[in-house]
This record gives sequence, structure tokens and C-alpha cells, in this order.
Amino acid sequence: MLQNKSFSRKTRQGKVIKVVREHYLRDDIYCGAPFCKVCDSSAARLSSTASTVLIVDTNVVLNQIDLLENEAIDDVVVLSVVLDEVKNKNLGVYNRLRALCSNSVKKFFVFSNEYHKDTYVKAMVGESPNDRNDRAIRVAAQWYQNHLGNATRVVLITNDRDNKRKAVEEGISAETGVVLEKDDQSIYLFVSVEAYVKSLGQPGLVDLLVQAPSEDVGMEDVEDLRPSKKKIIYTEHKPMSEITAGLSRGIFHQGKLRVNRYNPFEAYVGSESIGDEIIIYGRANMNRAFDGDVVAVELLPQEQWHEEKSLSIADEEDEEEDDVHLVPSSADDAPRVTNQMQSSLGNANPISSRPSGRVVGVIKRNWHSYCGSLEPMPMPAGSGGVAHALFVSKDRRIPKIRIQTRQLGNLLDKRIIVAVDSWDCLSRYPSGHYVRTIGEIGDRDTETEVVLIENDIDARPFSSQVLACLPPLPWTVSSEDLENPIRQDLRHLRVFSVDPPDIADVTNFVHPGSPLDDEATQRGTSVYLVERRIDMLPKPLTEDICSLRADVERLAFSVIWEMTPEAEIISSRYTKSVIKSCAALSYVEAQARMDDSRLMDPVTTDLRNMNALAKVMRQRRIDRGALTLASAEVKFQIDTETHDPLDIGMYQIREANQMVEEFMLAANISVAEKILSHFPLCSLLRRHPSPTKEMLEPLLRTATAIGLNLDVSTSKALADSLDRAVVSYLGDDPYFNKLIRILATRCMTQAVYFCSGDLTPPEFYHYGLSARLYTHFTSPIRRYADVIVHRLLAAALGIYKLPGIFQDRPQLTSIADNLNYRHRNAQMASRASVELHTLIYFRKRPTDTEARIVKIRSNGFIVFVPKFGIEGPVYLAPRNDKGGGEWLVDEQQQKVKKTDGSISFGVLQTVRIHMEVVEPQPNRPKLQLTLN
Amino acid sequence: MEYVSPEGLRLDGRRPLEMRQIKAEIGAVSKADGSAVFEMGNTKVIAAVYGPREVQNRSQQLSDQALVRCEYSMANFSTGDRMRKPKGDRRSTEISLVIRQTMEACILTHLMPRSQIDIFVQVLQADGGTRSACINAATLALADAGIPMRDLVTSCSAGYLNSTPLLDLNYVEDSAGGPDVTVGILPKLDKVTLLQMDAKLPLDTFENVMQLAIEGCKAVANYIREVLLENTKQLECRRGV
Repeated sequence: MLQNKSFSRKTRQGKVIKVVREHYLRDDIYCGAPFCKVCDSSAARLSSTASTVLIVDTNVVLNQIDLLENEAIDDVVVLSVVLDEVKNKNLGVYNRLRALCSNSVKKFFVFSNEYHKDTYVKAMVGESPNDRNDRAIRVAAQWYQNHLGNATRVVLITNDRDNKRKAVEEGISAETGVVLEKDDQSIYLFVSVEAYVKSLGQPGLVDLLVQAPSEDVGMEDVEDLRPSKKKIIYTEHKPMSEITAGLSRGIFHQGKLRVNRYNPFEAYVGSESIGDEIIIYGRANMNRAFDGDVVAVELLPQEQWHEEKSLSIADEEDEEEDDVHLVPSSADDAPRVTNQMQSSLGNANPISSRPSGRVVGVIKRNWHSYCGSLEPMPMPAGSGGVAHALFVSKDRRIPKIRIQTRQLGNLLDKRIIVAVDSWDCLSRYPSGHYVRTIGEIGDRDTETEVVLIENDIDARPFSSQVLACLPPLPWTVSSEDLENPIRQDLRHLRVFSVDPPDIADVTNFVHPGSPLDDEATQRGTSVYLVERRIDMLPKPLTEDICSLRADVERLAFSVIWEMTPEAEIISSRYTKSVIKSCAALSYVEAQARMDDSRLMDPVTTDLRNMNALAKVMRQRRIDRGALTLASAEVKFQIDTETHDPLDIGMYQIREANQMVEEFMLAANISVAEKILSHFPLCSLLRRHPSPTKEMLEPLLRTATAIGLNLDVSTSKALADSLDRAVVSYLGDDPYFNKLIRILATRCMTQAVYFCSGDLTPPEFYHYGLSARLYTHFTSPIRRYADVIVHRLLAAALGIYKLPGIFQDRPQLTSIADNLNYRHRNAQMASRASVELHTLIYFRKRPTDTEARIVKIRSNGFIVFVPKFGIEGPVYLAPRNDKGGGEWLVDEQQQKVKKTDGSISFGVLQTVRIHMEVVEPQPNRPKLQLTLN
Repeated sequence: MEYVSPEGLRLDGRRPLEMRQIKAEIGAVSKADGSAVFEMGNTKVIAAVYGPREVQNRSQQLSDQALVRCEYSMANFSTGDRMRKPKGDRRSTEISLVIRQTMEACILTHLMPRSQIDIFVQVLQADGGTRSACINAATLALADAGIPMRDLVTSCSAGYLNSTPLLDLNYVEDSAGGPDVTVGILPKLDKVTLLQMDAKLPLDTFENVMQLAIEGCKAVANYIREVLLENTKQLECRRGV
């Protein structure tokens, strides 16, 4: 049967045209119930004993997706009209619903009602699309009831009052309340979500429900007696039409809101229309926007740009404190321009500042679920009933969230996940609902899981489809591999490896488009936590087949150079190969061999030769202007039984590390050149943008304060001036240079992957390495970028043809973006894991140690503890009297002095501190630093 | 964008291997020697054939075979926005050429030396696949005009979107920017007379897509044969044989 759909559409030029599309109605769309005698049940997904079939409407899906994901809800028919509506309204929910529909455990069936000849509904004259869709849902529900007959009850779940009224008019007995006992056979039932969930008799489920806004208001009348609650806290968001008009007239600016990780009351909106970031101070100006929301911003008048700053902290009643955390490894991790310091100065310091603004509307929400815990509170009197609690997210950028729960006693000492539902302008905090419990607070496994969830890391075991892609074990190099002309036999050569597994031929096992490849694309990288590793590829590959162990034959992808003793490359060659490693050394072993002058065996001699070459290469690289940056990486010793940390120490960097690093850099650079020359538009490269003046400002301020002259004009100039920075004003200090380098490191941005077709060649530059081109080739086992580069290189050598995906630039760009996202998350997770273990370590071991002051604040300073690689605040004055009292800050000299001049602290000065874990609130342990 | 839902339905409710409804009518222009209207879903084209007749421009006359000329045009009202299109733009010149070459390959031109055959095709309503529809309409019109042919040429297109081969793309699918393979075949002789694609496609995928288009052509051929048979029966009836 053929139907024509016709509608009017406005073109981009503003012309209104009529669009006519064909719409075929079919008779081969089946109901999905295996017990149905009429329909083909090969694709049926509903359970064979279903006595109740649920049909949900769009708003139920949009609001109650957490409920649908609960295992109590099953046998759901998802209509295609609902899917389409959900897709248009919220892509995130759509993806979750799609995942439910394809999940083999859940019995969700998609019924394409729009294409079924009996359930297709043609819009009536004057009927709004919304009403038509509601009618389509009712028609489909009725069809299901007629189709499945008396044995099965069809329940339409909706909260729409209008819909209910119409259903009554159509003769449906619609009763909200527990009406499931009603025995009306020919007609489907019409039930509200609350009523349905209550009828299931599981009180825990009710927590998952999103409260309707109307009920919320009524409830607040009863619960909240504070008069302040009644007043309007946030300004109303402007209607969408006004926002669109304002955006096109240039009054408002659109951009993604980024909340400062270290100060949740400060946010940035990168706006293309004014080409700068707009700063937004304070929750009132952020006007209920969350991190990641796309917002419309109005600029504040210029004279308010400074006053806002001083207000930003003083205004908020519930200021959160700085926690002790790991030393940031790049500018992305570090706190942004320190406004705390300026806040104490107020308007006194008229530096030219960036524009500030306030949010007038949210264009697109970025709400999802958050990990955290409930704010400790006494149990309310009637603890059996509904309690209201405040949820504090682990992510400090997220405001507290109000939730309702019936299981308060259970949840207080748990880490839970909460989703946000709405944020009314009358309420200080957004309201949300409980999703699930992770485990007890402070428990290592729970906290590790929180880290993984927070960073969106998939730690699930590999699926059977993925594992099916692996070659059978035990695996050995086969004769076909040896005879393959593309593969060079290098078994006769003396090959050995030092720590990171040599460049195994991973792409020989991970084929493009296979489930294994898809999984690896998604994961993007392996994640290293303190006590465990989450692999990108399954264990048999990482630990056996692609691990170049000693004395076994393995497949590799080799870069072969011929070099002069001056480390000049005479020829370079790339080939797939078979190797037999004669030694797999760790860094420590390699270093020990090189240092032991008695050893004269061939491997050791090779090592020494290579080290000599590496030194030449390194020197050449440094002359070219590569930066030697320092990080404060720490290493844990973990108890094998309890997995508790036993000791923390700085990670030692040996000559062997530097040697391997040098050859890896050289391999990466030469591969980057090779692939780019063959595929100028679709190569995957890595670039490191030059830091802007603004980003280097904290470093320069510190340097000026201690009388150090840094030239930051180019990476070469910076490298040279860092080399010169050996003598501090405090006299001889062996750690000083490293400290300056650590401070410099945190001013840099992170290097990122990109697709070479998206940028111009000057932008390919890698600042840190001072290299024109760079990519990742050396670790295909743990980084997906290297897998892509392997494929590109193989195609460049004519070994394989390029997989189709490389022709699709948007997709390649999205892969690069995903890799950047995953890498960043993996790093954040590693850091969080180290922080967690640091806390566990110090729980039993209060310690006195030396620390260096890295930043001066109005009421104290931030210290860096080199031995443990952590950083945190030391307060000189009680937290509530900021800047006032007996301490004076000298901004120019970066010093804080007691008013009587008896004690003063300057930046980079060494202080003795005491580290101890305290629990200011039950279940909330934190590391506290105090002056010794 | 999702052109094939996980349920296996396309945007207009078809499955990947299904064609749109086709409809053909012979004898739409009574003045012409042969004519036909051909519809594939919302794509509707009309074709009129004049000839074989005397060559109008003597300098173009061929002494050993007939001259085949083709003119393709789109009606101004054929698309949503009523744009006045200049005659003889690049696109229609190219399609004219394609149709002429395809038809020339099946007309027995050597039987009609020093004569001319004109094929006019006009798109009345465009919804993707106009090229194929024009060739199918021209075949019918040529058959209606009684011009000797080796076989009926039929044409159909197929594309590749969301990693799925799709038969007979409509306008929305056509504008997705994916590959669009138009194939013209001589179904009885099993020969390809037209093959066009303006995108890149891996060879193995291409073979699948082309095979699908050929299946489509065969289905069109069956239908056209039925229509011609029906038409002949009616003619028979009218003559009272």
C-alpha cells in the first residue's frame, strides 16, 4: 500500500517549499511475541510467557529511561514513532533506548508502527504533529491488544493527562491508580508510570522515578519551611525564540560551558562570535547551566568585569575547599588563572581582563548521571517514608543535587549514581533521582569503579564476539607467515627488546571492521591504574601473541635504519617481519648491563652502542629546540595480598629509558613522514600546540618573583632558558631546576591526535619535541592510534590496501577525537587512581616531609611534595577569614608575610609539613597538610 | 544519518532490496510515433520517439546507419522549488548523451541507413533515479514506435549506505552523498550497456551493489515486457484480428 507524506519545509534561503515523500505501508511487520500464531516469530524478542506487554510513550522514555533500564521492567514494545520522537529530542536517551532494544538480556521489541498497514495514522486536518503521534501510539496499543487477544494484557504507560482524556473519549477505560486487576479484555489499559511502578511492589524502584515538576512544588511547600526557599534564586531562562534572535543579532553568544575543575564557581564559554573565552563567575550568573551544556551568554557591562571577580568567592555560602591532588601534568589539568589571589586585591588591580558574562539560556543540556555520595544528614523522624537528601558529586564541577529516597539509611555510606532531571529557578540545587549503588565509600574497589565511571572507561570483560576474532591458542608463527613475501625473515638477526614491547604486528591480528577492531576503536587506549590495567585488546594478544618475549618467534613491524657512528641515518626501511628476540630486558636490567663494565657479551655491547647513538640523537634534538620537561610521576609498591600500597616513591628515570625513548621518537617521526607523503589527506598524526602567552603567565609570574629571566618566545628559547635556570635566589639547590621544569610542564597543553586533512601543515608542529611531524607508531598493543598508523604504513608500502574508513574524512576525524577523549580520560583515571592510593597509603601513616611552595594564596599557600608527587593547600589562617588578619600577601614578590614581619613565606621556598588523613565528616576522608 | 533502521526498514518503509512501485503507460503522446510514461515511485518521466525519418541536417547523415538523437530535459515543476533551469546545462547534456549511447547500443541502426530517430525524454516529477526512469521510458517508447531493437534496455540504480546495498534510491537517499550505481542491461542477451558511478567503492562491495542493480533491471524488464504484451493484445483487439 502506498501513502504519500507531504509537508511544507522552509529552505535555508527562507523559501517555503512543499516536500512530498513516499511512505510504503507493509503487511510483513510482526508483533514480536513468540507465542503469536499469526506472525513470523523468528525475530521475536518478547518473552514467550509474557502476560503483560508494556507500551511506553515518548515522555516516559525521555524522563524515565533509568527506570526502563532497571531489570524489573521487561517485555516492552517500543514503537517507531516513539523512537523517532526520542531521537529528535534527546540523542543520548535515544542511544540508551537503542542499546536496550539490542540487549539480549532485556526483552525490548521495536515495532515499526509507522510502516504497518493497520497502525499507520494519517494526520487529520488541524491536528498538531504531537497529537497525531499520541494518536498513533493509542492506535498501536489498541492494535496490540486486538492482535494478542485476551490472554495478554497490553498496558500503555503514559503520564500525559491530555492523552488520557482523549483515550477516555475513544472509549478506553483509563484509570490511574492500581487498575491492573481490572478485567476488561478487549481494551488495552492506560496507566501512569507511578501507578505502574507501585503496582510492581518494589519500593526501591520508586526512587528511580523522576518526579513531575508539579508535584515537586507541592512537596516543597510541605517540606521546606525556610522562607528563603520561596524566593526566586535564578533568573528565568529566555525563550528559545528570543535566544535565536539574540544570537543572530550578536547580543548573545553561543558556546559550550566549561566549568573550572578547581573552582566550580567559575566557568568559561568559548565563543566563536567574539573569538575569546567569556568568563562566568558565580552560580547566579551560570544560571543553572552544567558543565558541557551549550549555552547562550550575554556579556556583562565592562565596568562589572572586575567586581564580579571579587564577588565570586565571597558570595557563595557553601564554598568547597581545595583537596590535595596530584601535580598537574599539563595545563589542561592545572587550575586556571588563579582568581583567588586577585579576589583579595579586588578592584585595586586594573589589569585588562577577559570579558565576563552571564548565561541567559541553555540551548542543549549535557545532563547525564553522576557518581558521588549523599551529604551526611541525620535520619529524619519517620525513616520509613520518603526522605530528601542532597547528593554531592565526586566531580566538583557539578552542583549538589536534591534527590528523594525511601532508602536513606542504606545510601548514606554508599557511593551512588544519580541522574539530573530538572532545575527550577526557585530551587538552589537541581533535582534528580537515584539510579544505582556502587558500593561503600572508601572501599578501594568501589572508589576504583567510581574512577572508571567518572572517566567513562569501559572495564567490562571482552564479549564473546570480540574473543572469537582471536587466533586459536597456543599460537606460533606458521609456515604461511614465513613464506609470505611481504614478511621479511629477521630471525637470524640479534634482536632484543627493552621494556615496552617492541613494535609487534598487531594489525596482523586486528582486522579492520571486525568486532575486535570496533571494540579497540571504542576503548582507544589501555588504562593504567595503580593496581590494575584495563586492556584495549584481549589478554591473549597483549600478553602472548603480540608480546615479543625472549626466544620465541613473533611477528613484528620493523623500522630498520642504517646509521653512522654520528647517528646520521643512511637508509631507513619499513617492513613486516618475523623476529626471534634473544633477550627481553626491563629498563632496570638494561641499565644494569650497560653499567656493569665486566659484561662484554654481544647484547651488552649492542646496548652500549645504541646508547651512544641515542645520546647523539638526543643532543641533536635538544639543539633543535626540544623541551626537556619534568614530571613528578610516582610509583607505588603494592602489597600482593591486600593490594594496599606499601610505599610511594618518585619514578626513577634511567639512561635506558632515555635511550628507548630516543629510538621510539625517531621511529615515530620517520613513520609520520612516510605516511604523510603517501596519504597527505588521511594520515593520523599527533600535534602539540604552542602554549599561548596567557597559559605561560603563571610560570612567568613565579619566575619574575624569584628573579629568574625566562624567554618563552619559542620552544628553543624556553629550552635554553630552562637550562640556564640552575641557581635559585635561595642559594644552591639541586632540585630547583627540576621544580622550574615541573612548573613549565603544567603550562603546556596536551598533545592531540588529528587527521592531516583537517589542518594545514604549519599546524602539524609538535611544540614539545620541536618536530615538524609526529605520530604514534610504537605501541599498537595499548594505543589504537598506533594501530591506525600501522595500517597506513602497510598501505603506504603496498602491503595491504587502505581500509575504506580512511576515505571517509569525517569518520577519521571522529576517530581522532575519540582517541583524544579516551587518552585524556585514561590519564585522568590514572591520576585519580594514584590519588586514591595516596589517600589509602597515608591513612595509616601520618608523615612529616619537605615540601616546596608553588603558589601563594591570600590565606595560605599551595605546596608541592616532591617525594609523593602531590600538591595541596596549607592554610595559615582559619578558612573563614580570608586574607584578613595577620597575614599579608605581596603579589609582586609572591610572598606572604605576617603583619609583624616575623615570618614570611616566598614562592619555591622549602617548608616542612605534616601530612595526615582526617575525616572532618564521617565517611569523607581527606588528606590534610599542615605546617610543621 | 540512519538510512536503514536496525529493523531493516528504509526511510520510506521499503526494505533494502525492494524497488519502488513502478508503473508504465504506452501512448501518452498521440502525435509521436511512439511514446510512454514511466513511473518509479514519485519519479515520473515521459518519452516520445519520432522516426525513423529523413535526416534534418544533411551534414549529419550517416550512409551506413541511422542517426540517433536524444534530448533530455526536466520540467520546471518537476522539483520542489520551481526553478527556471537553462536548457542545455551540463547535467542534461550529459544525461542526453548517456541515454543516446545506451539506446544506440540496442537499436538495430544498420537496418535504417540515412535516417534519423529522435528520442525526447522529459522529467515530470523528480524523486531520484531519473536517469534510469528515462531509459526505461525511452525503451517503451521505442518499442511503441516499432523501431527494431536487439533487446529491451532496462535500467535501475543501486546505492550503498550504512554499509548496506540499497536498491533503487529515492531522492533523500540519493542526496546522502553515497555511491549511486546506475546500470543499464540487455536482459535477454545478459549484456551491460550502461554503468555509471561517481564515487569510490571497494571492489568487492561494488560487485554486490552492481549485482543488485542488475537484479533490479531484470525486474523492470519483466514488467515492461508485460506492459508491452498487454498493449499488443489491446491493439490486436482494436483491429479485430
